[in-house]
Amino acid sequence: MLSRVADSVYWMSRYIERAENVARFVDVNIQLMLDAPEGQDQQWDPLVAITGDHEEFTRRYGAATESSVIKFLTFDGDNPNSIFSCVRAARENARSVREIISSEMWLQLNRFYLMVNSAAQQRGGLDEHEGFYDEVKQASHLFTGVTDATMTQSEAWHFSRLGRMVERADKTSRILDVKYFLLLRSVEDVGTAFDGIQWIAVLRSASAFEMYRKRHGRILPRGVVEFLMLDREFPRAIQFCLMAARDSLHAISGTPLGTFRHAPEKLLGQLCSDLSFTGVDEVMQYGLHEYLDELQTKLNQVGQGIVETFFAFKTPQPGKKPVLAAVQ
Amino acid sequence: MNFASYEVDGFYDEMLTDPTAARPCAQHLMQSIQALAPGEFERRQAAAERALMQMGITFNVYGEQAGVEKIFPFDIVPRIVSAAEWGRLEKGLKQRIHALNLFIDDLYHEQKILKDGVVPREIILTAKSYRRQLIGWEPPRGIWCHITGTDLVRHSDGEFYVLEDNLRCPSGVSYVLQNRQVMKSLFPKVFAASKVRPVQNYPLKLRDMLEFLAPEAVATPHVVLLTPGSYNSAYFEHSFLAQQMGIELVEGRDLVVEEGQVLMRTTKGFERVDVIYRRIDDDFLDPKCFRADSMLGVPGLMEAYEAGNVALANAPGTGVADDKVVYAYVPRIVKYYLGEEIIVPNVPTYICAEEKDLRYTLENLDRLVVKAANESGGYGMLVGPHSTQGQRAEFAERVKAEPRNYIAQPTLALSRVPTICADHLEGRHVDLRPYILYGKEIFVLPGGLTRVALKKGSLVVNSSQGGGSKDTWVLADSETVEREGSNGHAVPLSKGGLP
Repeated sequence: MLSRVADSVYWMSRYIERAENVARFVDVNIQLMLDAPEGQDQQWDPLVAITGDHEEFTRRYGAATESSVIKFLTFDGDNPNSIFSCVRAARENARSVREIISSEMWLQLNRFYLMVNSAAQQRGGLDEHEGFYDEVKQASHLFTGVTDATMTQSEAWHFSRLGRMVERADKTSRILDVKYFLLLRSVEDVGTAFDGIQWIAVLRSASAFEMYRKRHGRILPRGVVEFLMLDREFPRAIQFCLMAARDSLHAISGTPLGTFRHAPEKLLGQLCSDLSFTGVDEVMQYGLHEYLDELQTKLNQVGQGIVETFFAFKTPQPGKKPVLAAVQ
Repeated sequence: MNFASYEVDGFYDEMLTDPTAARPCAQHLMQSIQALAPGEFERRQAAAERALMQMGITFNVYGEQAGVEKIFPFDIVPRIVSAAEWGRLEKGLKQRIHALNLFIDDLYHEQKILKDGVVPREIILTAKSYRRQLIGWEPPRGIWCHITGTDLVRHSDGEFYVLEDNLRCPSGVSYVLQNRQVMKSLFPKVFAASKVRPVQNYPLKLRDMLEFLAPEAVATPHVVLLTPGSYNSAYFEHSFLAQQMGIELVEGRDLVVEEGQVLMRTTKGFERVDVIYRRIDDDFLDPKCFRADSMLGVPGLMEAYEAGNVALANAPGTGVADDKVVYAYVPRIVKYYLGEEIIVPNVPTYICAEEKDLRYTLENLDRLVVKAANESGGYGMLVGPHSTQGQRAEFAERVKAEPRNYIAQPTLALSRVPTICADHLEGRHVDLRPYILYGKEIFVLPGGLTRVALKKGSLVVNSSQGGGSKDTWVLADSETVEREGSNGHAVPLSKGGLP
């Protein structure tokens, strides 16, 4: 398929997933702040820190308050990673590949955009934000469901899943990291009731609370980390996402699993193995934040590799006969 | 729904001769409409609009916020063309395209027609769309105008006239296919009984024609559709046609020319491209050959074309026969190359480049439609009877400054078709754009885009200016329903005007 089309399908999915995850971690922070013990400061800057847009935020908004952070992450059209910008970008990508995706996918994405757009125009305030974040999550789930139910699961679908899974793995690691930032600020809370509440909020933000209970029962930091990071069956766990991404990558290139033909296959294969052969205790010993930080760096390399391998607009080398793919 | 309050108003009505009598070809339809329960017809109109919305049958509007899409309004009362009438139109369109192709080929070779003084040399040499780069060029299979959408109108004398030749990148055929799809689901019984000729094989015909153009050595040609991108007003059509033909929809940045070969960037490397159905104007095709600032085209494309490694449809340079002044000479062009009289005539046209016609035009601006040679979409046009003194004075200056660039035509009393207005039917003016493919043979799609001016009394059918569309039913039976009698209000063309 055309590189440009693969590029658009991949980013369409990534942006939808990103919008959903931004909604998740804004939501989890709102929940946490509501439960915070009286007298404790509101903590909003960690949220900006984990999106990686801290400089941009400080330059434009100054101090991190509830309203400025929510605005920045939700409706700010100048922040490319706000929910609004992500959904808009996803729709623009979809528009350019309308003949590739199903009309049901286009319809759902269009509705999603109109919903976020009208919310950005009308609400913008804080009163109804919880309902809004739920709607965003719902719309994203619908889009994913429609994609799986209506699109031929061939190359384009695999690019779509690849984008979604890489993005989701990255964002689950960041949601876990929220807890790290909060811990930094309030070491004295460890082991208190509020600590437990924080871990529950983290689980909820990954829609993982009930599933976690079935698997591990008691809420223990070790269990939560194991579940969100290493579980092979929970669909938002990092390990699950990376395995799915790897499968799609191999379906696209036709390379057998366990081998590799290009950089992203190699990197992703290594990452999956690392996680498969790492126990949660080692992660905790190494330092959760440090481990996640390295994981995110590697994930970025995978993303970069995908772009270079499949989408980058290389030109044929002058004088050298370009390699022609077989005509289908 | 009934026709009791319907008025024909002295126009040629495509459906009725008077409120109680349908033309023979429309009798079945009229009975069906009358037989519907109250409110049912309106309900189906609403259903049609919903279906089009869901199918995403939209176009982009220039000048508004990027990405704004609108639905092309659709009216469910079809326009019917009888088999006999269509037979004549089809013959006439084939004749016209055949002659125009010979004309274009001549202009880029011997220029016999200019030497013989049938068409003034100056008119061709000053046409912006005459591409000197192509002088001497033999396009694949000798065809220049592969896809044409000729605009026809019917005057109150009941005759069809050619209003415009669209030989560059005519659009609208996707609406023909989608409108039909919607109508078939809304009125299945009427369809079966009316013997409407099918249009759904257009994408197959189009693909066959495109494959026919591929370089001979290629066994399985790789055909693509080249679009300017998702912000183009016809983007929906581009993606729809690509999807229907099962070919790749590409943008300029997807293609690269290497050693005279056009290649497409795919996830698995470069793939060869043999035929390009381009929906980009000549000017933007190749910055190395035409406009250097074009970001939409492919550098080196013309080099690959001239090396015979890729076919382009339509051929670059075809636009010269699309010029509104050249249009005025088409009857003479047909006579010159084919030795035949033109079957479907032109609208009488005054050529401002000719002294006598210029004087007549300037003296009669209030009664004429004046058009600039190189504008489309209803822009750069003066509709005399609807203009103010000031507009006429301003236009007169423009015409005098550049007479070569203008033609004038009498205001036509375009035929009308009943159209839903809230809860009743009123006559609205229409035109007709059939689509013609020139490949192994010339094929005229039995149907076409009927555009309708939805505003009461308006003659402007362009979608950008308040027009909508209707399904066009070309009937199959060979009964000679010749000219089903005019409505007794035949008005000589030169006096035609608005009531």
